[in-house]
Amino acid sequence: MAKVLCNGLLLLGLALAAFVIALAVGSQPIALPDLLRLLLWPDVSTDAQVLHGLRVPRALAAFGTGGLLALAGALMQVLLRNPLADPYVLGVSGGAAVGALGAGLLGLGVVLVQAGAFAGAMLSIVFIFGLARRDLSRWSANGGNEMAPRLLLSGVMLAALWSALITLMLLLAPEGRLRGMLFWLAGDLSGSDAGALPMLVLALGVVVCLPMARQLNVLLRGPATAQTLGVPVVALRRKVFVVASLAAAVAVTTSGSVGFVGLVVPHVLRLWLGNDQRVLLPACALAGGSMLLIADTAARSLVAPQQLPVGVITALLGVPIFLLLLSRRGSSA
Amino acid sequence: MRSPSRPEAETSIALHEAESVSASLPPASSLPLLATRNLALRVGSRALVEGLSLQVGAGELWCLIGANGSGKTTLLHALAGLRQPDAGEVLLMGRPLQAWPLEEAALHRGLLPQNLHDAFSARALDVVLTGRHPHLARWALEGQRDMQIARDALHAVDMAEMAGRDVLTLSGGERQRVGIAALLAQQPSVLLLDEPVAHLDLRHQLVVLEHLSRLAREQRKGVLLAIHDLNLAHRFATHALVLGAGLQACCGRVDDVMNEATLGRAFGHPVATVRNGAQTLFVAA
Repeated sequence: MAKVLCNGLLLLGLALAAFVIALAVGSQPIALPDLLRLLLWPDVSTDAQVLHGLRVPRALAAFGTGGLLALAGALMQVLLRNPLADPYVLGVSGGAAVGALGAGLLGLGVVLVQAGAFAGAMLSIVFIFGLARRDLSRWSANGGNEMAPRLLLSGVMLAALWSALITLMLLLAPEGRLRGMLFWLAGDLSGSDAGALPMLVLALGVVVCLPMARQLNVLLRGPATAQTLGVPVVALRRKVFVVASLAAAVAVTTSGSVGFVGLVVPHVLRLWLGNDQRVLLPACALAGGSMLLIADTAARSLVAPQQLPVGVITALLGVPIFLLLLSRRGSSA
Repeated sequence: MRSPSRPEAETSIALHEAESVSASLPPASSLPLLATRNLALRVGSRALVEGLSLQVGAGELWCLIGANGSGKTTLLHALAGLRQPDAGEVLLMGRPLQAWPLEEAALHRGLLPQNLHDAFSARALDVVLTGRHPHLARWALEGQRDMQIARDALHAVDMAEMAGRDVLTLSGGERQRVGIAALLAQQPSVLLLDEPVAHLDLRHQLVVLEHLSRLAREQRKGVLLAIHDLNLAHRFATHALVLGAGLQACCGRVDDVMNEATLGRAFGHPVATVRNGAQTLFVAA
């Protein structure tokens, strides 16, 4: 118990440090003493305007998105009982991309691009839910007990369909719009000015998940065992599916398809903290948020004044970490 | 054959059991723990069980015998409430299974499914602790008592030294014993086990069956387990249920049911008996 609290404080400290770095670093660095003063008592200086107009909203958006992705990844991994599942495994990011790029192609503004992304993500979710409804509710057929293969395959197929549409749109797009579309596809936070929404959804997600966290531990033992231990498997699976999908949809709407946060963060945390969802899910929210916030700070300052899409940074960080974990897992098992 | 036992662990299990059983048993304790009334189970057009009326009383250990695909798992799932019967009903302590709230039923009947599959690393002790889930309120954490029950359960299946091991690194038989320990930690009155000794070595088959038999005898539990080893079944069971030996399932006291004719019909192959001192052994003819 003391160890859990200690680790929790460590993660909170990490999140705080990530915020301080993200707010201080940039083309116009802000000294630490000024930072706290300007945060609490903004004046009319450019520093204050940069801080409140640009950095705070973007930092909140980055943290919220990262937390949502890690939370959604951890939930999908429990739902599918597959450690390799990520928030996009069921095609949510592809749907969002088609919606966003479609709106972009039509020359619509930022708000409508985001609306298009959210609509595309929701379309994916509703489609997969419809396809997998029978699998979500069937948990004791023929002793096999696994709904994962069909749900997973439906997701992979839907993602392939979206991917074909994305290629088509990129080929049809006028030269001038191509760069922006590629940024969106790689995952980019430079356009995010509404940070409050992902943070709010993240907080809501954690609040909804915590009461069912121990049930999720039991669900990992398999549906038949979980049901006989008093866990309403079908209802729980539906809830997890909805929460994880909505989290992924809000994340992808805020920042485009940022990869690897939802895969790597839950994995690293499992190695460090174990697989008790009561600990893991809040830890994912904190660590995922911190990771994306740090990655985004790097993305906008590494080659400043040029900005990189944050998805490139998370992939550059995430892929080596993930391969390292996979090879360690292979040698220890 | 004795299981290696630590006396203090045994008594502590008995103490915990005494508390929970006295709180949960209905006043009419003559009621069978688990019963079926005209139960029918069908897969497609094939009838697996037809008109089965079964009564598992306190202190009884039932073995469920039948050929592959004869419906043992389907029947266990129906008895556990994982599957709706196609006709008839299942009664848990005299009350229809469907009328039990899910969480409450989990305090009284537990199931060990056939295939245990782990996707993630977990300590054996943590897997066993999930058996305490129905006993804990939503926000409660596993306490000292739950820890002790889980450790005693691991000890009962001779896995005490493996409590800290990652289940992904266990052998099939060791993993199976962790699953059995989780069921023991759940402390239900009715234990349903789907081939609990399938992956176990000779000694641990006896360790597990002796423990289950003792639970039935001394703590008045009802045990029903699917098993393919006829000799182990005959040695430990008080009652037997043979599927696939004609339309009517044969059930009753083990000596009345387990005979050459019934078993031969059930497996579609003649079975002979051999006397070995006081023991009756079944062999394929």
